[in-house]
Amino acid sequence: MKARLRRAAGVACVAAVIAAVLASFAYLAVDFRGLFTAEGRHAMARFVAEFFPPDVSPAFLRRVGFASLQTLAVSILGTLLAMAAGALLALPAAGRLGTTARWAARFVLSFLRSMPELVWAALMVLAAGLGPFAGTLALALHTTGVLGRLFAESLENAAPAPEAALRELGAAPVARFVYGTLPQVAPQCAGYTLYRWEMNIRMATIMGVVGAGGLGQMLYFHLSLFQQAQAATVLAGMTVLVVASDTLSGWVRRGLAAQSH
Amino acid sequence: MTAAAALRPALRDPLARRRLAWAVAAVVVLWPLLRLSEFRPSTLLAPANLHVMAGFVAGFLPPSTTPEFLVLLSTATLQTLAMATAGMALAFVVALPLAFLATRSLSIAAVGPADGRWRGRGVRQAVRMLMVLLRSVPEVVWALMFVRALGLGPAAGVLALAITYGGMLAKVYAEILESADARPARALLAAGSGRVGALCFGLLPLAAQELVSYTVYRWECAVRAAVVMGFVGAGGLGQLLDQSLKMLSGGEVSSIALVFLALVFLADAISLALRKVLA
Repeated sequence: MKARLRRAAGVACVAAVIAAVLASFAYLAVDFRGLFTAEGRHAMARFVAEFFPPDVSPAFLRRVGFASLQTLAVSILGTLLAMAAGALLALPAAGRLGTTARWAARFVLSFLRSMPELVWAALMVLAAGLGPFAGTLALALHTTGVLGRLFAESLENAAPAPEAALRELGAAPVARFVYGTLPQVAPQCAGYTLYRWEMNIRMATIMGVVGAGGLGQMLYFHLSLFQQAQAATVLAGMTVLVVASDTLSGWVRRGLAAQSH
Repeated sequence: MTAAAALRPALRDPLARRRLAWAVAAVVVLWPLLRLSEFRPSTLLAPANLHVMAGFVAGFLPPSTTPEFLVLLSTATLQTLAMATAGMALAFVVALPLAFLATRSLSIAAVGPADGRWRGRGVRQAVRMLMVLLRSVPEVVWALMFVRALGLGPAAGVLALAITYGGMLAKVYAEILESADARPARALLAAGSGRVGALCFGLLPLAAQELVSYTVYRWECAVRAAVVMGFVGAGGLGQLLDQSLKMLSGGEVSSIALVFLALVFLADAISLALRKVLA
């Protein structure tokens, strides 16, 4: 009987998913056939052809290079700020400073997390003006929410025995934490931070779409002026940056994993 | 030196010197980063910015609830949800064949001598490259391009989601399938079964749960991504938010933000329920 109920629930779920998909397509009323008519195909091909050849004049390449560096800097600083703020919020969120502080910190973290980076960026452009600083702040705000929660979880999962032993020996609270708990959670927290940084590089590249500097801003600028050749170079720069960071962090991760075994 | 030397050896931090070196290195690296990203916290307190922001934030309360705006808001919400769902459906269609081709556990050549060994390896490498290409350009950028090509509206968002999420799903599906025990599939292949049969009866029973739960999780991400893509003109909540931000109308922004929070929690709850039932 129970198996039959489960099966019925599964079938209902699948049916609901299919219905939701069909309803979505119906609601949007998107006419994808336009893409496959001869006319649509021609328009698409023309659009793609305009991107070639990309602009590779040295002056422009230098600007793309600078924007890439800026994007990289935004992603690193945003992640570092988030790491610091996340660690600060993780302490109360892990329940080390009482129940009230715990709920307050958790609420702040969920709020920060639930607004996407681009929304934060649009707000920060208002608060700090156009430019990469707004992007850095936006990344930091969202990532604080994510990292704070992950850090708090690892703090809660850390074994309490080392800290208890230090307390018995009469160590001060800060020393207890730094030598008892921090070494347990540090590798995991570093891993989370690295993972978020990888995601933030992607995020930093598009942050500029709302005016927060870096490659995204260049892309938006050149696409708005219909300068597809320049846009193509920027796109290539983005791809290189993302693939390179993926590869690099893959190596680092494998290195860390090899070390811990 | 003296302070450290005065401590008893047992109380001296044995890693002090290394920690100091790392701190110095960090400062040296950090400085150019701060310059590059134009890190000037004082701009936050500049009177002009402060004035704009104060007026804007003051407008947050009460959230806007005029009937016209609520109608706009509900259509935008539905549009965002529909965009995410349709995009995920297309992404699934893109990912399925790619993952099938890329999975190493389904290699016939790995079971025994076969003609297509190098061809198979080549196809797998090519498919993997394609997956990297699809993923490496962020979805907002795809949306930006499709808006140029197809005009404003959710079509751009759906296609952008289909492409990036297609690449992402394919990669993760292949990883999940490869992390499952390959022996049943190999046994089926060795007994002369086709690759589709080996997938359905050898690999899927082991990996189905993880595949489903990852897909549902991705749908959750797609809802968030659908909001963001509105910023570049792909319709839905993002576009509405962009307009309200440009008009500096705080009440509208706070209503949209509230809907947005509700949407994220709802997606969370739905995906939790789905995972529980399908597990």
